[in-house]
Amino acid sequence: MNTTDVAAQIVPRFDDDASTGRTLAIICSKGSLDMAYPALVLANAALGEGVETHLFFTFWGFDMITTRTMGDLKFTMLGNPATHLPQGLGGLPGMTALATSRLRRSIAALDIPDVPEFLDQIVASGGHLWACRMSADMNGLSEADLYDGVEAIISASDFIEKTDGAQLLFI
Amino acid sequence: MPVTTLDGHAVHVDAEGFLTDPAEWDESLADVLAERIGLTLTDEHRAVLRFLRADFTARGETPTLRRASLGTGIPVKALFGLFPQKPAKKMAYVAGLPKPHGCV
Repeated sequence: MNTTDVAAQIVPRFDDDASTGRTLAIICSKGSLDMAYPALVLANAALGEGVETHLFFTFWGFDMITTRTMGDLKFTMLGNPATHLPQGLGGLPGMTALATSRLRRSIAALDIPDVPEFLDQIVASGGHLWACRMSADMNGLSEADLYDGVEAIISASDFIEKTDGAQLLFI
Repeated sequence: MPVTTLDGHAVHVDAEGFLTDPAEWDESLADVLAERIGLTLTDEHRAVLRFLRADFTARGETPTLRRASLGTGIPVKALFGLFPQKPAKKMAYVAGLPKPHGCV
């Protein structure tokens, strides 16, 4: 191994200027289990890097923060060629339940939390959760029906205003 | 691989400054590493570092923030308080371990 004595001490640049003031906005529009995780993993990663992070739950993404559904998101093979199985199988009775339980098991095997616990971690890490006003109205839901960590039900324009200058992900 | 001298100890570090040989670390070095990133270690910090070291020894990889929280019983929010902004990387650095590879 080549070793070089360095006079100057090397210190990691943890608070380098690039990350200060960086904001990430993630719009969660899907309510299936496999589409919930990308947003949760990325939000958690951003928070761990000191990035201010806002999630906006809209349309089917509302299921991720509705207490009745958030622990019971499903995964289906139907319309998903990435399972590499014949599409006809996906339509058989019980296949969605089977696919869901297998996906849940492989996620848990990696020590990754389920959706409600993942949201707890995101909120504990300083993440901001916002619910879409139109989705709430369409489903007849109020803040009482939503996960506690949701800060408020807000309009799309309010979200755009809150995330001025942010980098944006639509999932 | 650069060698740097910290408080009289010659240690091997990578290009970012993380120790590359966990065996070169001891608790007194932790104070020096912490000070270099603007932290003063308390008993709570040290409890986290001890868990990281033990878990690394047992599993061969640096625990993620979630694992550190579950393993120490210290809530994630408090870990952000102890190691602000980038807790997982900062605690790994002070513990003389590589950055965690896990996503969550």
